[in-house]
Formats: sequence, C-alpha cells, structure tokens
Amino acid sequence: MKGDMSPLLAIKGVWKHYHGHSVLRGIDLEVRPHEVVCLIGASGSGKSTLLRCVNLLETIDDGTIHLDGREISDPRVNADKVRQRLGIVFQAFNLFPHMTVLDNITLAPRKVHKVGREQAEEHARGLLARFGLADKAGAYPDRLSGGQQQRVAIIRALATQPRLMLLDEVTSALDPALVAEVLGIIRELKEGGMTMILATHEMSFARDIADTVCFLDGGVLREHGTPEQIFTDPRHPRTRDFLRTVIGARP
Amino acid sequence: MGGLSGDTWVKSARQVEREKTRRRRALRSGSVATASTVVFLVLLIWLLTASPGWPRVQETFFSPEAFVRALPEVVDGFLLNVKIFLIAEPLVLLVGLLVAVVRSLKSPIFFPLRALAVAYTDIFRGVPTILVIYLVGFGLPALELQGMPTDLATLGVIALTLSYGAYVAEVFRAGIESVHPSQRTAARSLGLTHGQSMRHVVLPQAVRRVVPPLLNDFVSLQKDTALVATIGPLEALRQAQIHASGTFNYTPYLVAALLFILLTIPIARFTDYLAARTQRRRGQ
Repeated sequence: MKGDMSPLLAIKGVWKHYHGHSVLRGIDLEVRPHEVVCLIGASGSGKSTLLRCVNLLETIDDGTIHLDGREISDPRVNADKVRQRLGIVFQAFNLFPHMTVLDNITLAPRKVHKVGREQAEEHARGLLARFGLADKAGAYPDRLSGGQQQRVAIIRALATQPRLMLLDEVTSALDPALVAEVLGIIRELKEGGMTMILATHEMSFARDIADTVCFLDGGVLREHGTPEQIFTDPRHPRTRDFLRTVIGARP
Repeated sequence: MGGLSGDTWVKSARQVEREKTRRRRALRSGSVATASTVVFLVLLIWLLTASPGWPRVQETFFSPEAFVRALPEVVDGFLLNVKIFLIAEPLVLLVGLLVAVVRSLKSPIFFPLRALAVAYTDIFRGVPTILVIYLVGFGLPALELQGMPTDLATLGVIALTLSYGAYVAEVFRAGIESVHPSQRTAARSLGLTHGQSMRHVVLPQAVRRVVPPLLNDFVSLQKDTALVATIGPLEALRQAQIHASGTFNYTPYLVAALLFILLTIPIARFTDYLAARTQRRRGQ
C-alpha cells in the first residue's frame, strides 16, 4: 500500500430522507486508495442508499461527500463527470437487453470517453478473456446465466477504468451455485488494487475480502473495524445481535 | 418396453398410442372447422340473395360492367392515396418521435417546448381528423403566406401528419415509459448524459416495443387518406364519387373499398405476425 493515506472518498455527516423517514442518519466514512470496505447490515439499513448517494443517483439531504479531495455533493458539480470516475454494479445486473455483451461493455467508453470502437472492443475483449467470458462477446444478455450476466455487468463498470467501484449486493439475485464465480471476480479486482465499497449479505466473503467492515443499522453506522475485530469481537450490542442472527453462531 | 434408463430411447407403446390420439383429434378439429365455415358462408349468401332488395343491390353495387369501367380511373386515384400515405407516414413518425422525446426532457430551459408538445398532442388528438383536413385545406391557403403550399394533396399530407403525429407521439411516449427505470439508472451510472441514455438505451428498447401499435396506426392512416377527398384532390374515393354520380351506379365505391383492403391486409397480417413473435419471445 502507498504511504499516502489521504482518503479517496470521504463521507461526512450524510443524511438522506425518504417520505419523512430517515434512511441515512449522519454517516461518516472514509475510504483510502486500494481499500475494500464491506457494508453489512439488515435489508433497509441504508447500505444501497449510501452507495446510490455516492454515485449521485440520489441527492443527499445533509453532509458532504468528497471524491479525490473534491466535493461531489455540491449541486453545481456535473454529476455525469463524477459518474464517469465511478463504477456501480447493481443487484439486478441491469444489462441493456438490446445490445450484445460487447456493446454493453463498450457503450460508455465509446460514447462518454470517446474511445474509438476498435480500441474499446479490444479492451473489452481483453477483460472478457480475463474473466472467462471470451466466447460470450457476441451474445445477448438473455442468453447468459445470472452469474455470467453479473460478471458482464462488473466488466461493463470496469471498462471505463473507474477510481472506485460500488457493488450493491451483487450476488443477492443469484442462486448459490453461481455466487462463487461472481465473488471470484471481485477477489481478483482486490488483488489488482481496485478500491471498492461492497454492500453484501455474504458474511464469510466480507470477512475474507474486506479491509474494513462497517455495520449499518437503521441508517446509522454503528461500528466499523477490521473483519477480525467485527466478526470476533463486536463492541456494539446491535452488531452482536445482527451477527448472531445471520451467522447463527455466538461470536 | 421403451423409455428405460440408458442412452437410446425407444418410444413406449403408451407414447405411440398418445400421439395417435392427438393426430385423430387434430384431424377432427380440422374437419369441424371446414364444415362450419362452409355452412356459415352458404347461409350468409342465401340470406343476402334471398332478401327482397337483392336484385337492385346487385345491379347498383355489383355490376361487372361498371366495375371494369371505373377500375382504371379509381386505380389512378388510388395511386395518389398511396403517394399521400408514403409521404405522410415518415413525417408522422418523425413528428411523433420528436414530440415524445421533447416531452421527456427535464431541464427547465425546455419548459416552453414541453408545454408546446403537450398542447399539440391534446389539441390534435381531440379534433376529428376530418375537421383538421378542412381547417388545413381551406385555412392555410387563405392565409396567403409566401411559400405556403396550395396543392390539395400536399395540404392533405400536412393535415394527416398533424393529426396522426399526435397519436403516434403518445404511442412512442408509452413505449419510452415502459422501459424500466433501472435501465436509465444503469446508463446514467456509466456517465451517459440524459440525451445519450435516451438515444442508446431507452429509445431502441421503446421503439421495438411499440412496433405493433405503430403498424396499427399505419393501417388506420392508410384508409384515412380517403378523408382527403373532402377537400378535392382526385384520389380513389373522389374518382369513385365522380363515376358514381355520373352513372347512378355505386360499384365504383366497391372498387375503391377493395383497393384499400388489398393495401391494408398485408400490413394487418404483418402486425399480427410481429405481435405473435413478441409473445413467443416473452414466453421463453
């Protein structure tokens, strides 16, 4: 890891309300370059909302978000420019059904980053080969398994070489046999030094891959620490309750 | 015994029996359909020809001589209908798509355009097509503006485009709204602008979905080219009218009707085919 530890992403006091209900209640979180942060917590605890706020798909109601030292929560900031530097992957893949795998991946590089078609496709084919999908370049999404679709969605987000990847419960819509192939790709990204925030229900995976685990509960970041600390010695009683219900074992 | 475990499959006696029953049933439904159609047609023809006024109707509507006499000129007029249709249709698509896209713009700077688009669809869907044709046909030339077309067929094309553009805009808008919001979210999250998301992600999916209803509107437009007759150009209906009023024989109308049917049936079948194909794809 680099010596310079200035955060790549800094979230300070972020609030988000929906219909008079507070989904995020003053979240503070810093992510350093090459760090992998796992957000854990029950459904509705605010994990997905936090990711959507970072990607400016939601506007926050208070607080600030800085990316590379620049505030992106300022309404004058061009959201398209910010999103160009972030990659997000959704639970439901959201591939474009009318485009081939290759076109799905090269759309943003070609139209947003103005890379030539040839170069974009070469890069895309390289990524597909790296993640075991070389033979699927010409296929349409509905011909792929869920695991393959999600791997394509991850590659699509990677194709623009983002500073930070946001992964929103990317394995929740997959049957257990397909989860491993998607987790494999994420592990490879970590080895490549990608900075990532993952919202996940896969506790063993979080424990395995995370540098930092954050426990969200009712829109509050109750506790964060190393995976060892959170999973073996949770300090907050709510964290203990949560881990007891999802893992079933007494920590 | 067939169907036991293993790699070669021999049809079991049970399956052979089953397939025989299915074939027998298919044959029976086929014969029932044929028989009932024949009976129905015979009844219909008998009912028609047995009616007291039949000889008169036969003479005035189904006269072979009048048919042959009117045919060349009605066909000639019909070519104008086809021309009006072929010019109006692309214009309708263009206007419809443009209006639908304008309505989807969110930026405040486009408010006047958006308001105009809403007013346009509200007005031209509300006014009967024949009225639009009258107003455009007699109103526009009356303005005596420089460069305003006075050719009746051109005015007809303008009127039909205005009227059908409003319908087609709504069809496109329904298509745009039927694309799941997560598609737009995914596009925007990749850094695409609103316009780029619309062009590369939303519209291609929307247009594919609305092809069957659009074709339905095409069929409707094809026959509504006859409404242009009211302002005077010599298209099929007008030619038929001229013939009919000269001879007091209405067979020329039948000629015009047949020509319209010949044009619309292929498109109607094509629409059915597309709808069925979409259904099959969804079913997969």
